[in-house]
Amino acid sequence: MIPELGNFALILALLLALIQGTLPIIGAARGIPSWMALARPVVQGQFVFVAIAFFCLAYSFVTSDFSVINVVQNSNSKLPLEYRFAATWGSHEGSLLLWTMMLATWSVAVSIFSRHLPNDMVARVLGVMGLVSVGFLIFMLFTSNPFERMLPGAMEGSDLNPLLQDPGMVCHPPMLYMGYVGFSVAFAFAIAALLSGQMDATWARWSRPWTTVAWLFLTIGIMMGSWWAYYELGWGGWWFWDPVENASFLPWLVGTALVHSLAVTEKRGSFKSWTVLLAICAFSLSLLGTFLVRSGVLTSVHAFATDPKRGIFILTFLVVIVGGSLLLFAWRAPKIGLGGKFELVSRESMLLGNNLLMMVAAGSVLLGTLYPLFMDALQLGKISVGAPYFEAVFVPLMTPAVFLMGLGPLARWKQASLPELAMRLRWAFAVSLITALLMPFIMGEWKPFVSFGLLLAFWVIASIVVSLIHRLRSSGKEGLFAKLAAQSPSYYGMHVAHLGIAVFIIGVTLVGGYETEKDVRMEIGDTVAVGGYTFRFNGATKAPGPNYMADIGNVDVLRNGEKVNVLEPEKRTYNASGMAMTEAAIDTGILRDLYVALGEPLENGAWIVRVYHKPFVDWIWFGCMLMAFGGFLAVTDRRYRLSSRKQREPEPVEDKKIAVKPGKAPAAPLIARSKKA
Amino acid sequence: MTRFLLPLAAFVVLVGFLVVGLGLNPRQVPSPLIGKPAPEFQLQQLHESEKTLTSRDNLGKVWLLNVWASWCVSCREEHPLLVELAKSGIVPVYGLNYKDQRDDALRWLKQFGDPYTISIVDPEGRTGIDYGVYGVPETYVIDKNGVIRYKQIGPVTVDALQTKILPLVKELQG
Repeated sequence: MIPELGNFALILALLLALIQGTLPIIGAARGIPSWMALARPVVQGQFVFVAIAFFCLAYSFVTSDFSVINVVQNSNSKLPLEYRFAATWGSHEGSLLLWTMMLATWSVAVSIFSRHLPNDMVARVLGVMGLVSVGFLIFMLFTSNPFERMLPGAMEGSDLNPLLQDPGMVCHPPMLYMGYVGFSVAFAFAIAALLSGQMDATWARWSRPWTTVAWLFLTIGIMMGSWWAYYELGWGGWWFWDPVENASFLPWLVGTALVHSLAVTEKRGSFKSWTVLLAICAFSLSLLGTFLVRSGVLTSVHAFATDPKRGIFILTFLVVIVGGSLLLFAWRAPKIGLGGKFELVSRESMLLGNNLLMMVAAGSVLLGTLYPLFMDALQLGKISVGAPYFEAVFVPLMTPAVFLMGLGPLARWKQASLPELAMRLRWAFAVSLITALLMPFIMGEWKPFVSFGLLLAFWVIASIVVSLIHRLRSSGKEGLFAKLAAQSPSYYGMHVAHLGIAVFIIGVTLVGGYETEKDVRMEIGDTVAVGGYTFRFNGATKAPGPNYMADIGNVDVLRNGEKVNVLEPEKRTYNASGMAMTEAAIDTGILRDLYVALGEPLENGAWIVRVYHKPFVDWIWFGCMLMAFGGFLAVTDRRYRLSSRKQREPEPVEDKKIAVKPGKAPAAPLIARSKKA
Repeated sequence: MTRFLLPLAAFVVLVGFLVVGLGLNPRQVPSPLIGKPAPEFQLQQLHESEKTLTSRDNLGKVWLLNVWASWCVSCREEHPLLVELAKSGIVPVYGLNYKDQRDDALRWLKQFGDPYTISIVDPEGRTGIDYGVYGVPETYVIDKNGVIRYKQIGPVTVDALQTKILPLVKELQG
């Protein structure tokens, strides 16, 4: 009964989505207020039904209803409760439902937090989101119904993929999808702007916080995926350039470019058509990512059971949405205009430079990801593209980007002076250069690429300090605290996010340069020395888990002969699937991780044991968290919370007045205001 | 206008490749074993564990070797097709029960039907390694001289059966 209810709720949601995707857009085009006004209630109704469907599926999983195929294939009565719940999105069908659920959530959020937007804009934005939702609901109902029954029902389910039975996996997909789907808001705003032909600083201010929130969720989602791979896959890597990882990284790169491009459009009115194109690209890449994962055109650890029918459907959907919006872009964008002019040396041009680098980076990651497919399609043979390609391409592209990142925040809008910038930043450069040259000696060995990586990181940090000092000196307030408080949250947000990049680079560089990895055969009582620590293997014992059998190893960690910790890595064999999983034991520290994983059992209680010493590895994820926190700070900025009754012109040009003081400038709306205003 | 059409043009090219890509199978890696004699084995039978089957027993006939396991979800996908094929009697299908528990395997066959002339068990996956199995299910077509002529990676589809496996079997039997 419950699955049928869920199915019915999905059908109702589809009907509402059809209304949402048509009437408000037509209403906005023809100026029919009642049709435009439909958007909000319909969005909220759709959300209710999608939520009902979602909870029906969750209920089927939690109560182990083995007459639902999806539950049979992805759950098991012995599975602990939290994983039974998480299994709701552990399958292809379930993850589509999660996607739709996220889309409905974002749509409702837009419908609630858009009170101050013109009605026609709201109608168009929600309408576009409705069309996206229609596609996903049809896809689900016709090719991947999560509620499909099997008669007679099964006695037992075949269990959730053991890889997914992990706390990190419970949170990773929802976070990632929040980000993926969140870009649909920026996309909808862009399409709405193209449809209406109204596009200016106010438009950018509306879509900016949405984009930033989507970006910060995506950042957290990718970070959790990376962290999970680190401790769960058992070989201590944190990024594998797997097609599906790339699929999440592509929208992140373009989203990052979009966040910066929106800043220019908001403050200076420039880059309009570029910003629109980025918004379209970011969401298109989210959809492309979905296609790559769901259609099975690429092999990946993430690939679910694939079905050509599904691939054709998503591809058609992709063509309609992306092709349609790019066509609309080609048709309408020439009318948008170029916006404010700027000199070659200015903050705009630096942001544009960064944008281009981001896009080229995204392009090369996309190329690398799809290259095997291209070669295969052209019958040039089967090849695979791995980390060496991506690293060779990515690092040279990111180097100038990071350099500009230090420069940009100090440059003036419209026109900056190179000599002045050089004057201001010479100490920052000197300090970072010297630190970068000396620091590797402290780590024990000088390596050129380590110095280079550290130079980039310290350059970013030093330039942040310079920017902050400059800001505080010129803030005009008395006392350090008052001066600090006078800066806007978005200013801090920017620097915290940039600091996150620096921390991330430090982590990547140092772990790459100084990690030690040993895979050794260890008898009971054997010791191995790694990274200044001695590890003593005390054997492994068998212990049953709820739905698996575990071998739990016992490893003493000794420093200078004294025991400092005991690590208990596990090797689990899951009962239902027979799959073996590695649970690494990690002693986490600010300066290093000690990582022990069990390999294969040998005779007489001996094991292959992997013992890793990973300096600064946690800085990688801490850096990502800082980036996300920077995004959070940026959206708390007051100007997004104030109603746009105080819409203002783009920011004044001078560097010193970037901090926004709402209501200061006269209200001079640039767009043709709607009837409501 | 033209330069604003560039993104669309790039997208069209991309879609072209994706369309072609959909028809390709990225897992289809040419097996080095094709045209080579099937690796020998002597394995216990699933139903009657005291009996064994060796690869030599099938010399003189064309047969399919289907690698399956009760824990394999995709096996369920191809299973009805195998049952149908077995009923038709065109070609005998032998099952290689791969890294599985005997009880689970027997229960699974009871539930979904048993298409196999004989199922043999490979609990450690040793024979699987000899055959280059890297994902279940996989299906091999082996000719009268014990030479592997074709390998299907992933579930047997109606399409693969009709366009590749059955014509090949007919030709080899002929």
